[in-house]
Amino acid sequence: MAEQTKIKDLDQVIVRFSGDSGDGMQLAGNIFSTISATVGNDICTFPDYPADIRAPQGVLTGVSGFQVHIGADKVLTPGDACDVLVAMNPAALKTQYKYCKPTGAIIIDSDSFTAKDLEKAEFKTDDPIAELGIKNDIISCPISSMCVESLKDSGLDNKSMLRCKNMLALGIVCWIFDRDLKLAEGMIRNKFAKKPEIAEANIKVLNDGYNFGHNTHASIAHTYRIESKGEKAKGLYMDINGNKATAYGLMAAAEKAGLKLFLGSYPITPATDILHELAKHKSMGVITMQAEDEIAGCASAVGAAYAGALACTSTSGPGVCLKSEAINLAVITELPLVIINVQRGGPSTGLPTKSEQTDLLQALFGRNGESPLPVIAATSPTDCFDAAYSACKIALEHMTPVMLLTDAFIANGSAAWKLPNIDDFADIKPNFVTPEMAEGWTPYMRNPETGARYWAVPGTPGFMHRIGGLEKSNATGAISTAPDNHELMVKLRAEKVDRIADAIPEVEVYGAEDAELLIVGFGGTYGHLREAADELNKQGKKVAHAHFTYINPLPHNTEEIMRRYKKVVVAEQNLGQFAAFLRMKIDGFNPYQYNEVKGQPFTVSSLVEAFTKIMEE
Amino acid sequence: MSEYTVQDFKFGQPRWCPGCGDHSFLGALHKAMSELGIAPHQTAVISGIGCSSRLPYYMNTYGFHTIHGRAAAIATGVKIANPELTVWQVSGDGDGLAIGGNHFIHAVRRNIDLNMILLNNRIYGLTKGQYSPTSARGFVSKSSPYGTVEDPFTPAELCFGARGRFFARCVATDMPVAIECLKAAAQHKGAAVTEVLQNCVIFNNGTHESVYNKEGRAKNSIHLVHGKPMIFGENNEYGLVQEGFGLKVVKIGENGITEKDILVHDAHCADTTLHLKLALMQGPEFPIALGVIRDVDAPTYNDSIYEQIEEVKQAKKYHNFTELLATNETWEIK
Repeated sequence: MAEQTKIKDLDQVIVRFSGDSGDGMQLAGNIFSTISATVGNDICTFPDYPADIRAPQGVLTGVSGFQVHIGADKVLTPGDACDVLVAMNPAALKTQYKYCKPTGAIIIDSDSFTAKDLEKAEFKTDDPIAELGIKNDIISCPISSMCVESLKDSGLDNKSMLRCKNMLALGIVCWIFDRDLKLAEGMIRNKFAKKPEIAEANIKVLNDGYNFGHNTHASIAHTYRIESKGEKAKGLYMDINGNKATAYGLMAAAEKAGLKLFLGSYPITPATDILHELAKHKSMGVITMQAEDEIAGCASAVGAAYAGALACTSTSGPGVCLKSEAINLAVITELPLVIINVQRGGPSTGLPTKSEQTDLLQALFGRNGESPLPVIAATSPTDCFDAAYSACKIALEHMTPVMLLTDAFIANGSAAWKLPNIDDFADIKPNFVTPEMAEGWTPYMRNPETGARYWAVPGTPGFMHRIGGLEKSNATGAISTAPDNHELMVKLRAEKVDRIADAIPEVEVYGAEDAELLIVGFGGTYGHLREAADELNKQGKKVAHAHFTYINPLPHNTEEIMRRYKKVVVAEQNLGQFAAFLRMKIDGFNPYQYNEVKGQPFTVSSLVEAFTKIMEE
Repeated sequence: MSEYTVQDFKFGQPRWCPGCGDHSFLGALHKAMSELGIAPHQTAVISGIGCSSRLPYYMNTYGFHTIHGRAAAIATGVKIANPELTVWQVSGDGDGLAIGGNHFIHAVRRNIDLNMILLNNRIYGLTKGQYSPTSARGFVSKSSPYGTVEDPFTPAELCFGARGRFFARCVATDMPVAIECLKAAAQHKGAAVTEVLQNCVIFNNGTHESVYNKEGRAKNSIHLVHGKPMIFGENNEYGLVQEGFGLKVVKIGENGITEKDILVHDAHCADTTLHLKLALMQGPEFPIALGVIRDVDAPTYNDSIYEQIEEVKQAKKYHNFTELLATNETWEIK
């Protein structure tokens, strides 16, 4: 029978693994995406995990999901709905089935659908499929019992055996999508390098899962193959998520600038992994300080900046609230500082594990006084690297705090990243004083080109000086409350930030010159907006897409582009913050808006629908 | 001999009120720095907000007048990033113990090598006279017209509670002891807290009156010196002895007490019990303790950071970005 199973070729496929937060769904998803990338598919992943670390087993609030989109050609998002959903228990089925396409298949662990399990997931009947009205193909496998059976001679206890069930599910998925288990086995061996018996147990059930699929055809008519297409740059690739890419960007910048990297931080979801990542790399001289609070995380970074380091602080929105005063100290003292805000749902504690773009206006204006600073928004997991590098370069060369916005979606999502060569990065030249300046130098003398004051690092002979949060006299840096001087300083600080527009690239427009609709977005929505634009163009509509990384200052060509198109829609995951900023900057500009504030990524289908409606108006 | 003079550390014209304790403290700090022999460019003075936090503007060193309460956190970043610097952190009682209380205790706990000066006048001066966290219960001020209904911190207690290894106390007007404390603080490796008892002529005049002038100090204070007996009084006629779990003032020559019975100060004792008792002494029953009360060696946070970096550098094979990339699982597109 096996040889009669048909193989279908697909361009892309979306798989979602879901189960209890302790079921190892993230690991299964990670392995599946990496082995797919290894054979040349493009990948984009999105972990959707609950706020509870370990909710009671089997309950609805404890479900953890991991979606992976693999494609023969370029994929830009984790995809809207999945082709295969793995639901390890009734709670996963109940919370996740809506993410499955009508044509998709659902794999369930039939062992975990007992009356007790159903009750925990708040089912009222003993037929969850009917109760939810699910019409999809259900592949029902006794995953838990097969796992225990498979490992009965392993010497592992029952609990440890059951821990391997994610690999059994992965084995089935690997069979359906014709993935080579050898690659998965290698990853498992690496993951459990210190526990070889656990590694071998996982590998055994992985193979058993694969064989189960093969032998039973997993009740489906086809298996699938996703060939590699498209021109992919040759070279070495790795899978990287946005937080790790951010950390890598900071390390690359420190090395390129020849400075110590200092991170002052306080744990906060979803930004903590930046601290975790940097804390690992002491062999590169990275200094991380887990401060007593968010305030000290930023304050210590301001101190480190004053003392000559590449100083950074990482946090999420609530942390930015607390850091604002120290950020403003860096604004008035004109010190280089990189503040990373991995945005989550707000206000207040809000939705800690979910993603939004609701901190844009906070980044731009959330401080007392006229307090301009550059704002940069990373567009994808891998772009976090470039955006972080650029944030550091701007901070050091223009002597200013820089706010780098990422979000939970791109911070936790991952994609294939071509390993860069550090020699290819733009040089970073901090705006240091030079020995020949010593004669007659004062702390607020400015670089004529950039308007940045010079950095005199403590310890340098001949440059002793005093700075602080009180307004200073232009050039001399003496305390001053003189009205005209204050206004001059306010303008000089603003002009310094505005001049950064000379140092950043113009915004690129994707799509036809004569497009009828320009889609505008910023930051982490890039992939969804680009896919929506592609889809609309495929349908024969004329659509263009401009996506902003640099928000303050805006690229020079912003106004020209906004005026070029008949209709412009600004799509963002807030109630219209970027649209408001563009209106403020461009006289009379009045775009359409598309706004979603659900804590979830956009879906391409709803974007296409909304943009079509705007075009038809 | 130091190659520096007081002039090398002076800058600008202080603008504190005439008679403010900050003036005399500033003089003591200039003098202490000149005697320490550390170059002005290797010295950084970090302050928060408040009258006393204006101090960096009067130092010919690197100076950073920061934001309210955060001086200890900012100074921590300065010291970590640039450990060759001698870093002084100057705060008042409001800046250091109210809005900045959290940073104060954590800087002390981490044992970062800072010279932390706490100018304690038990009042908010710059905001014109509100009670502070060191004001006594019942203190009448603009924000407590009927007297406060809360108890104050004793800085030493807070410092020891945060595992402080160095605590000294001096009076702003007492140059010799102030200089002695400041130099000891600078030479101590780790977080060194020096409480400076200081007057606010405008809003809290006389708050430390019993020890503010020489005559008062002779009567009402004891100058503690490591290895020296705890003797005090106008004619050195009194001493401290241990009685039960506490301390007791005795008169030498009375009841058979001789100098041999008097406690000898041990600032280097790791145990805080007696240090705390000395620091908490209050008049009229006891003299107020001045001088270096506690001075115990322990690993510093900044040294430990760099030692760990060196250890990990030895243990790990990657030391730059290119080598870091190579530590990842990769695949090749050919």
